[in-house]
Amino acid sequence: MCETCGCNITPGNEHLARRKNALGGDAVTVLKNLLSENDRAAAHNREHFDRHGVLALNLMSAPGSGKTLLLEASIEALKNEFRIGVIEGDLETENDAARIRAKGVPAVQITTGTACHLDAHMVHDALHHLKLADIDILFIENVGNLVCPASFDLGQHRNIALLSVTEGDDKPAKYPVMFRAADLVLLTKTDLLPVMDDFDPARAEHCLRQLANPAPALRLSAKKKDGLDAWFDWLRREVAGQRERAKRGQTLRPAIQPDGARMHAETGAHHSIPPASGNHYRYRQV
Amino acid sequence: MHELSVCQALIGQIEDIARQHRATAVRRVSVRLGPLSGVEPDLLSQAFSLASAGTVAQNSRLEIERLPIRVRCESCGAETAAEPNKLVCGECGDWHTRLLSGDEMVLASVELIQNGECGVRNENR
Ligand SMILES: Nc1nc2c(ncn2[C@@H]2O[C@H](COP(=O)(O)OP(=O)(O)O)[C@@H](O)[C@H]2O)c(=O)[nH]1
Ligand SMILES: [Mg+2]
Ligand SMILES: [Zn+2]
Ligand SMILES: [Zn+2]
Repeated sequence: MCETCGCNITPGNEHLARRKNALGGDAVTVLKNLLSENDRAAAHNREHFDRHGVLALNLMSAPGSGKTLLLEASIEALKNEFRIGVIEGDLETENDAARIRAKGVPAVQITTGTACHLDAHMVHDALHHLKLADIDILFIENVGNLVCPASFDLGQHRNIALLSVTEGDDKPAKYPVMFRAADLVLLTKTDLLPVMDDFDPARAEHCLRQLANPAPALRLSAKKKDGLDAWFDWLRREVAGQRERAKRGQTLRPAIQPDGARMHAETGAHHSIPPASGNHYRYRQV
Repeated sequence: MHELSVCQALIGQIEDIARQHRATAVRRVSVRLGPLSGVEPDLLSQAFSLASAGTVAQNSRLEIERLPIRVRCESCGAETAAEPNKLVCGECGDWHTRLLSGDEMVLASVELIQNGECGVRNENR
């Protein structure tokens, strides 16, 4: 995969400015994101995706919100339309990758051991086991956790957050970092709404808007295959958008990055580009 | 918790800087965190004492500056303070706002100790 890039990431030092402090010791002003090493690896992953016209989607949720079942249902429905690949992140076991492979698409399992999130380096290693040239959509199923995954850019183009109706409709208010970063929110397991009558999808959406997030909130049930068409249409639009950008040599980052675009001085300013037709989401050109 | 991963990345950056400046130790590390960074200041401090042990940053002081959340309203233009789960305009209440600050996790500066120099300068020389 890395025949051209070599994968050698060297830390830049151009941001270092030396000045003497009152004590005579050296105080070095850095002003660099704490995770800039991860961000560099993520940008590198994104280059791999863009070079092959792959749309990379990061799926995040609490454990058990239905990420894997949704992927299974999506693969079943879209297998003949798109070439799909999956990276599965879990603390332990190959179970989810095995479930995906059983649907006939390539899947790489990352077992993180104790790490509660995927990072860009783990994803990069996993990419070496996938043929990106043969993939249109790469789903990255992050470790089930509503806190940590939001802090690590993986090189994805979009963040998708799942919230199942059994979790409570105020989850976006309780986990603002995660839900603020979502480009799409999926309210899952809606077949259970009749028994979960204290979950109000409108209230979940309201909590999302309170985070100043305009992301669409789609309601679906992977189990009953209900509401999946809107999700599939979103995917189709995103694949088309990614193909357009690939042609123009452009890329895309999720609307909200873990550390805010202002700090990305080292990658240059971000310019807003007008939304593609039929697509009202925010994105930035890198 | 991911504060340990974040901290290991921080130590890596400090080690690079110390190496580039041929420093033998680090006196002070200053970090800026916003509430929307997803990094808990207290957990980061705890992780720092763990992760810095045996590195050039051992015995250094970690100072965390907590930055406030501020948003700019896209409807009325006001710049106001906001809460992590209520990023709406403080003037008109509209949720179409842009974050001005509050998601930072930045290594601001590192104070180095050069060869031969100890934590307290010898004033007799
Ligand atoms: N009733 C119902 N159960 C679901 C739905 N989606 C997932 N589940 C169940 O929720 C559990 C966790 O699903 P899974 O896809 O493994 O969640 P993940 O941890 O997010 O990957 C499994 O028992 C699924 O069968 C759904 O739409 N409706
Ligand atoms: Mg799963
Ligand atoms: Zn590479
Ligand atoms: Zn306003």
